[in-house]
Amino acid sequence: MKKIKAVNDFVIKFANVNGTGSASANNMFAKSLFRMGLPVSPKNIFPSNIQGLPTWYEVRVSEKGYLGRRGGIDMMVCVNPQSMAKDINEVEPGGYFLYDSSKPLDLRLMRNDIHFIGIPLKDICQREYKDPRQQQLFRNVIYVGALAALLDIEFQVLADLVADQFRGKEKLITPNVHALELGFHYAREHFTCPLGIRVERRDAVGDQILLDGNTAAALGAIYGGATVAAWYPITPSTSVVDAYEKYCKRLRIDPGSGHKNYAIVQAEDELAAIGMVIGAAWNGARSFTATSGPGISLMSEFLGLAYFAEIPTVLIDVQRAGPSTGMPTRTQQSDILACAHASHGDTKHVLLFPATPKECFDMTAEAFDLAEVLQTPVIMLTDLDLGMNDNMSEPLRWDDKRHYRRGKVLTEEQLESMSERFGRYLDVDGDGIPYRTYPGTHATKGSFFTRGTSRDEYAVYTEDSEAYERNMQRLLLKWETAKQEVPAPELIEAGQSSRVGVIHFGTSRDATLEAIDMLADEGVAVDSLRIRAFPFSQVVDAFIDSHDIVFVVEQNRDGQLRSLIVNECEIDPKRLLPILHYGGMPVTARFIREKIAAVVKGDNVTPLHKKTGSKETNR
Amino acid sequence: MTYVRPNFRHPELPVNALGYTRKNYEGALSTLCAGCGHDSISAAIVQACFEMSIEPHNVAKLSGIGCSSKTPTYFLGNSHGFNSVHGRMPSVATGANLANRDMIYVGVSGDGDSASIGMGQFTHAVRRNLNMMYVVENNGCYGLTKGQDSATADRGSTSKKGEPNPFEPIDLVSVALQLGATFVARSFSGDREQLVPLIKAAISHRGFAFIDVISPCVTFNNNPGSTKGYAYVRDHLAATGTVDYVPFKQEITTSYDPGQSKEVSLHDGSVVHLHKADPHLDLASRRSALRLIKDYKAKDQILTGLLFMDEDSQDLHDIVGTCKTPLRSLTETELCPGQNVLDKLNDSLR
Ligand SMILES: Cc1ncc(C[n+]2csc(CCOP(=O)(O)OP(=O)(O)O)c2C)c(N)n1
Ligand code: SF4
Repeated sequence: MKKIKAVNDFVIKFANVNGTGSASANNMFAKSLFRMGLPVSPKNIFPSNIQGLPTWYEVRVSEKGYLGRRGGIDMMVCVNPQSMAKDINEVEPGGYFLYDSSKPLDLRLMRNDIHFIGIPLKDICQREYKDPRQQQLFRNVIYVGALAALLDIEFQVLADLVADQFRGKEKLITPNVHALELGFHYAREHFTCPLGIRVERRDAVGDQILLDGNTAAALGAIYGGATVAAWYPITPSTSVVDAYEKYCKRLRIDPGSGHKNYAIVQAEDELAAIGMVIGAAWNGARSFTATSGPGISLMSEFLGLAYFAEIPTVLIDVQRAGPSTGMPTRTQQSDILACAHASHGDTKHVLLFPATPKECFDMTAEAFDLAEVLQTPVIMLTDLDLGMNDNMSEPLRWDDKRHYRRGKVLTEEQLESMSERFGRYLDVDGDGIPYRTYPGTHATKGSFFTRGTSRDEYAVYTEDSEAYERNMQRLLLKWETAKQEVPAPELIEAGQSSRVGVIHFGTSRDATLEAIDMLADEGVAVDSLRIRAFPFSQVVDAFIDSHDIVFVVEQNRDGQLRSLIVNECEIDPKRLLPILHYGGMPVTARFIREKIAAVVKGDNVTPLHKKTGSKETNR
Repeated sequence: MTYVRPNFRHPELPVNALGYTRKNYEGALSTLCAGCGHDSISAAIVQACFEMSIEPHNVAKLSGIGCSSKTPTYFLGNSHGFNSVHGRMPSVATGANLANRDMIYVGVSGDGDSASIGMGQFTHAVRRNLNMMYVVENNGCYGLTKGQDSATADRGSTSKKGEPNPFEPIDLVSVALQLGATFVARSFSGDREQLVPLIKAAISHRGFAFIDVISPCVTFNNNPGSTKGYAYVRDHLAATGTVDYVPFKQEITTSYDPGQSKEVSLHDGSVVHLHKADPHLDLASRRSALRLIKDYKAKDQILTGLLFMDEDSQDLHDIVGTCKTPLRSLTETELCPGQNVLDKLNDSLR
């Protein structure tokens, strides 16, 4: 029988029951490989439910540093009888299936092209532990110990992780290490270790870190100087504000008084959350909210107000699968259009698309500068995949010499020395960005009325057509200015002249870059452009111009980024070929490779998702 | 208020402790219908702030959408104003207040704005005891969208269409009391003698100070059966195309003593029976306030005056423990932890 053989390059998936404490064991597994110097990319695949339903954890190990999903499973660790039939089917031929052999495997489920590894996890636990909760918790630790033997993970690395995890609760260290040993020894005694797939220590991660995007964004908000956060709970964005609160408690307590140098309000709904952000920003504080698709829908009216009244507003949208409740715990990149044009009337909002936790950190901090410099809403679009999973990333860095850019705000002295009349919506500098004042700045000068209704340059209500049009034109001019301010796209050239280009953004990056490498191995050179912000820079036009075939990879059904490019850059839609992946799982390298190859090489590829589930061809 | 305001001011106009005249507290000319109760409330706010010698620029005035919500333009011209979106002023006020706890926040809303589309935000601002004065200019109808029933309209009262309102009204005063508002009052737009001191007290109160002000709509408070009614006049002027003709009406004013009741006729000929609460009312008891409101309602009377006040009120900032410095004034050094902290953090993530 075939045996998948690979060192430091495989995909392993854990099938668990939601709410059984498997997350921390699985996490420990991923981190142990990371500490052995290997790039890992773990992904939680969980149901919209608290307890009892199947949940999975997929870990990609790639010495070469590929972090996207590859597709296909080399080893399945199945601790959930409920999903076993499906789980067995997912394993690639020649792959491995580790299961709890306390109960014999249903013979009908057997496959003769994969290797079964039965470990009586439940029996071992029942023998070792009396408390039922312990029996459940340690079962997870035991299979991690077994994997240490089966995959050649250095045991000491795991033991150190346990020590780190339970620092302060030392009593828990010994029993956890013991559980690891139980699994380790059982595997050693009953199987040939290591398996065909295994790990070897390398130095392939450098100084990188493992962090989830939501925490990174929260830290970005702290470093960016946000003092007011208003939000309403929604998966997958909740942990942004949770983390903001956690770090504020450490970093933002006034040492003298114990008072908080921040305020967090759990609003009654998303409408209120964004209203609070707008009110705080109007009154001179940096403020933000975090939400997901359904929240964006509710916030839209207010976003239009913030656009028209020109109030700096920072919003972090952690996208999930829509429309409506869609698949609330699955990932997508499908709020692009809803965010770009949130609200009625002619509105356009600045969007940022981070691809790594470091970028979540940088872009959140930068969002406050951008929002204040441009006096407009700035929406950072991440997604569940980036926001809620540990992603490998460059470490976070802050230039201590950096200063906040608070934009055009007139001080009391400036107002005092002004002889001309202050015009809140006057384009003094010709860049479309007017000057503002914070409420209460000056006793007689600089106050103005903020409203969503049309007004003249001096903020005086008017329904005069010309004044309205002048204002709308100025907002467009400001949009042009924004192009110079937002992060530039990232261009990666194939190194040789290529007629094929791929445009991608956010979390589609890793899989796209890997697909491009696969194609390069097959002799197809592909250039790539990663868009990092809307409005788009001229570079996007130039990239499309200079390639015969341009693909746009995105994780939604309707090619939303493509639509935006077609509209904004006035591109013939036929010039942009969509590669769309929207099943709620992060897009895979194989998927992208196949789509490009089909067009470029005229490959006759097997259609995806045939009877065998999500198995993909061309390994 | 009138459309025409003379520019000339007598040099010996009375000044307050800050040396300001009333003019320093006025705003733009009102564009509301002549005689609208809302203008009387604006005038009362002007008078109260003038007499209290408040720095106008230290006030932030916020509103939602509706005729009532337009009024912040018409008072305190040197204050920053924010006319937000329909029903959602409370959240904007909350954010503004969080950013700078040192200013005075005046919110103006309508009964449609607060009792329908914004009912949620209203109740939550109450619950958080946001430090602000919240005035509902209550006319029982939607003025700006031309006369639909609002949620505070009495059951049986007839709308512009002539149909009696089939639903029970929402009494915002009772709602506020039940949700724990720390200052609750009701008044009548035309009763300046009562309204001005209430506004002063509300502004001085630390926490959410709610005043429900009955404020007749001259334009849609018309009896449709009457030939003097707006609808009739409009229909009979349709030939000239003057669809938006608004009949000029006198502002309704009234004056009566505490402990007394008074009948006040509205423009449609209907009558409200106001009863001014006795100053000896037990202001510390929510239950007594709620009971009294019901008792008077049973007698077809509306109880006005200060109905409840919690003198030990703790506002939102006290509750959540924010620093004394306004959040917007914290400096970069106070806010940004610097690379050092990140170095440690990065280490813990490997
Ligand atoms: C989301 C939204 N829905 C509807 C409207 C239309 N609208 C404007 S004012 C108003 C009613 C205002 O009534 P009220 O708050 O009682 O104020 P009044 O005009 O009577 O003073 C409505 C429904 C709107 N502006 N926004
Ligand atoms: S319509 Fe009614 S509420 Fe509106 S301004 Fe006229 S009188 Fe006042």
